Amino acid sequence: MRSLAFIIALAGAAWGGDATPDAAALKRLVHQDCGSCHGITLKGGLGPDIRPQTLPHYTPEDLKALILDGVPGTPMPPWRPLITEDEAEWIARYLLEGDAS
Amino acid sequence: MRRLAIIAAGLIWATGALADEIRATGDLGLIVERETGSLLLVDQSERAAISRIEGLGDLSHASLVYSPDQRFAYVFGRDGGLTKVDIVTQSIAARIIQAGNSIGGAISDDGRLVAVSNYEPGGVRVFDAETLEIVADIATGSKTIGLVDAPGRRFVFSLWEAGETWIADLSGAEPVVTKIAGIGDRPYDALITGDGRTYVAGLFGEDGLTALDLWDTAPEPVRVLPGYGRGQQDLPVYKMPHLEGWAQAGGEFVLPAVGHHQVLWVDADSFAETGRTQTHGQPVFAMARPDGRQVWVNFAHPLNDTIQVIDSVSKQVIHELTPGPAVLHMEFTPRGHEVWVSVRDAGRVLVYDTRTFEQLAEIEAVSPSGIFFTARAHRTGL
Ligand code: HEC
Repeated sequence: MRSLAFIIALAGAAWGGDATPDAAALKRLVHQDCGSCHGITLKGGLGPDIRPQTLPHYTPEDLKALILDGVPGTPMPPWRPLITEDEAEWIARYLLEGDAS
Repeated sequence: MRRLAIIAAGLIWATGALADEIRATGDLGLIVERETGSLLLVDQSERAAISRIEGLGDLSHASLVYSPDQRFAYVFGRDGGLTKVDIVTQSIAARIIQAGNSIGGAISDDGRLVAVSNYEPGGVRVFDAETLEIVADIATGSKTIGLVDAPGRRFVFSLWEAGETWIADLSGAEPVVTKIAGIGDRPYDALITGDGRTYVAGLFGEDGLTALDLWDTAPEPVRVLPGYGRGQQDLPVYKMPHLEGWAQAGGEFVLPAVGHHQVLWVDADSFAETGRTQTHGQPVFAMARPDGRQVWVNFAHPLNDTIQVIDSVSKQVIHELTPGPAVLHMEFTPRGHEVWVSVRDAGRVLVYDTRTFEQLAEIEAVSPSGIFFTARAHRTGL
């Protein structure tokens, strides 16, 4: 019960619930939490380099699906339990376009 | 010439410092500020920051080790940077970029060699601790993780893709490398016991860990806790746990489970399982207080605002703290009376009494992650 309340509080605070994706919070998620495997600058670590120039073969839809479902059998985890579809889409575009967006 | 000038500058500085105050390094520490590429120099007894040392590059996942005299820190950055920091003069003594992408390092028992393990290009590079000149380049063709120092001027590390552990002996003119296959599917981190005898690698691709007895001339892999998660659904892993240091609590070791809300207890002699403790989230660090009586555990995103304290006799959670968003690291004072906790997204480091759990101090820091006290200089595997 306690931990459920925590998750909700956290999700609400960090991503603003159902509202439009919170860009600052999502950027932070990408660099800090994706960064724990991909490097804070996304240059790669245990997971590969995911800067825009390394992802030209992905459409935003493919990338969104990859983020939501992960890559089974590898450390790339599915993010569906933690983020919404809209947030995944925002991240996919952010990865493809870099900071320009 | 250049070096002479630096030494001269250093001397002037040191003399200046002498006039004002002499600060011994035994109760100092460094806190990694990952986003700004800086280190915060702290004093354990004063529970305060003394100064900030800047210009260290990308410090996400950075770690560091200390020279035997506790004057120099060798900082291993994610961007392949290796920086030698002088904590007496509070300045950078030397800095090189030694690879594209690195993950950690170690210092030899005699303090003469510093080794760095790299993802890209995969392998271990060994440097002269004095000059940072390269001494050996051991290519592995694999992401290299779990690098530790072992007695006898040796370094031990593991290969993520290849599932091997290599022991590099640098006591002679040329490194002698012993390769041990069959460690398991994708070792992600490893540790060595404080006596330098046992090396344990955690496995990402299978439930279990692999131990090697380094006292054997030809160490054989021994599986520890094989199939510890059998029958349970593996949870997605949002942050790899760490096996830093060896959480020894009395006659048992405590280890974080990968993909489960548990810490696992094993007998220190037989490696047989002796218990499990259900935890708040997936553990990242399970660290024993130096006396072994308590184990402090922090957790992966999104449950990373909490710490649980487990009593190592009853194996029960006896206390829960919520220091704030993104608790990344904990470091005990050498005798364990206090613990320092970095809370990244709050921009704070909190100091707690480990008996009363009372918060004793709060220190401001920019996105703090690893906390490293100089007492590590005298411990194998740290
Ligand atoms: C626990 C470690 C880990 C975390 C956390 C993680 N990843 Fe990954 N990621 C990986 C690994 C490992 C791969 C490579 C999978 C493979 O072998 O195909 C990967 C692959 C990817 C790829 C495909 C790259 C390519 O070139 O095909 C993308 C894109 C990606 N991750 C994005 C993300 C995003 C966005 C996040 C955060 C929301 C994230 N990752 C968090 C480990 C991680």
